[in-house]
Amino acid sequence: MRRTRPSLQPLPSEITPPDRYFSRRELITALAAVGAIGAGVHRNASAAQLKYARNPRFSLNESANSLEDITTYNNFYEFGTDKADPARNSGKFKPRPWSVTVAGECAKPGIYTLEDILKPHALEERIYRLRCVEAWSMVIPWVGFPLGALLQRFEPNSKAKYVAFKTVMRPDEMPGQRFPVLDWPYVEGLRIDEAMHPLALLAVGLYGQALPNQNGAPLRLVVPWKYGFKGIKSIVEIRFTERQPPTSWNISAPREYGFYANVNPSVDHPRWSQAQERRIGAGLFASKQATLPFNGYAEQVAGLYQGMDLRKFY
Amino acid sequence: MNAPARPAMQRFRADKPLLFLLCSLPLLWLALRAFGVTGLSLGPNPVEALLHGLGLWGLRLLLLTLCVRPVAVTLRQPRLMRLRRMVGLWAFTYLVLHFLTWLVLDRGLDLSGIAADIVKRPFISVGFTALLLLVPLAVTSTDRWMRRLGRRWHSLHRLIYAAALLGSLHFLWLVKADWREPAVYIAIYVALMSWRWWKRPVARPVSPTSRESA
Repeated sequence: MRRTRPSLQPLPSEITPPDRYFSRRELITALAAVGAIGAGVHRNASAAQLKYARNPRFSLNESANSLEDITTYNNFYEFGTDKADPARNSGKFKPRPWSVTVAGECAKPGIYTLEDILKPHALEERIYRLRCVEAWSMVIPWVGFPLGALLQRFEPNSKAKYVAFKTVMRPDEMPGQRFPVLDWPYVEGLRIDEAMHPLALLAVGLYGQALPNQNGAPLRLVVPWKYGFKGIKSIVEIRFTERQPPTSWNISAPREYGFYANVNPSVDHPRWSQAQERRIGAGLFASKQATLPFNGYAEQVAGLYQGMDLRKFY
Repeated sequence: MNAPARPAMQRFRADKPLLFLLCSLPLLWLALRAFGVTGLSLGPNPVEALLHGLGLWGLRLLLLTLCVRPVAVTLRQPRLMRLRRMVGLWAFTYLVLHFLTWLVLDRGLDLSGIAADIVKRPFISVGFTALLLLVPLAVTSTDRWMRRLGRRWHSLHRLIYAAALLGSLHFLWLVKADWREPAVYIAIYVALMSWRWWKRPVARPVSPTSRESA
C-alpha cells in the first residue's frame, strides 16, 4: 500500500522520460494553449492539454489520487459546502477572459490579463501532498509555476512584508456566494518569504490539463506545507502589504484557523485531532496515516519559522 | 405506552412490516454502496460517507420518533402510537452503527485516542452521551419492561428528549461554517418540544393519548 515517505527523491521510474522534455521554444508556444485555459473547462468538457515538464525535484514518489477523486471531492465553498458541490455547481463558471489586479507595495501594479501573467513562465508538473484542515489528504499532480517568479516581476518594495490574495466575486456563477457562509469574497495571504519559497506554486492545471472550474480555474495557489484552505482559488487580486492581511477562515473562526495554518500534527484543531489524516482513495478499510510536520516538507520550510511558537502562530 | 386491549380477532395490518422496510432502506442503500453492488460506491471518502450517512439517518429517525405523538394526537389516530417503538429502535440501530463505524473504520479501534476524543472534543462528548442515553431506552423497549416499570417507564423514556437535543448539537458543532443543515434539525426539535410543552398532560386530560408522555 501507500507509504508516506518524507523524501522528495524520485524513483528512477518516475524521472521525466525524455519525450517529456521539450525545448524552450515549444514551451513558449505551449503558453498559447494555456491561454485557452478558460474555454469553460468543466468536468467532462474537453480540457485543454497543457505543455509542461515534470519537476522531479518537487515531486513525491507517492501514487497520486485519481482525477475523479481530485475533481469530485474538494472544498470550494463558493460552489457549495458539500465536497461534491464544487463539481456539481461549477458548470456555469467562466474562467475566461480573466485578469488579475496587482496592487500595493510594488513598482509595477496594474491589471494583468491571464496571458500576461503566464507568458514568461515555463509550466512544470509537481506532485504535491494536499492536507485539508478537516484531516483528509490527497496527492495531486499540479501543473503550474513558482509563485515567487511571478511576484518578482511586479518588483515588490521593501515595505512588502506580506502578499494578500482575493478570489473572484460572482454570485451569479458561484451559487455558494449567495449565502454568507464566509465573508465573501474569499481572501488569503502569505508572508513574503513564504510566498517567495520555491515550493509555493501557482497552479493552472491538474493531470496535464487546464484546471477544472471546481478546482480553482483558471489560477490558484498551492502551498503544500499548509492546510488546503490557504490555497486560494480563482485569484483576481494580488496585493503586497506591509501588515498581515486578513484571511477568510481566520475571520470566520479565529480560534480554529490561524494566519499561518502550517500543517502541524501536534497542534490540534480545537474540535478534532490533527495527528492523523485519512488518505482519500485508500478505501473503506484503510487506516489513517500519521500527519507529518509541515505536511512532510519540514526539511524545506521549517527554517521559515525558526524561533516562532507554532502553538501560538497556528 | 400501556399495552392496549387487543381485539379478539386481530386483523393483519401491513403498517408495521411496511414501516420496517422503509426504515431499513437507507441502511440498505449504504450497504449496497459500501459493497460496490452494480458499480455503486460511497465515493472518494467512503468512511466519511458511511459515518455521516448513518449518523444523519439516526438523527432523522430519532426526530421522527418524537413526531409520532404530535402526529397521532393532531390527526386523532392513536393507533399510530403502535409504530413509535419501531422507529425508535431503528434510530438506535443507525446510531449504534454510526458509533461502530467511527470506532472501527474511522479510529481503527485506537482505544486511547478514542477515549481522549470522547473527553476532549465537545461534539464527540455530546454525541457519545446521546448514544449512552438511548441504551436504557432500547433495553426497556419491550412489553415486559414496560409492564415492569409501569409509570417509571414514561419518566425513563423522556431521556429521548435529551438524546435528540444532544444529537442535534453533535451535528451543529461538527460543521465548519455552514450551520444551515443542522439548524433545520434543531428547528424541528424545538418545534416538537414546544408542542409537548403546549400540550402538557395536566392541561388536557381529555384525550387518551395526551396522557402518554415521551
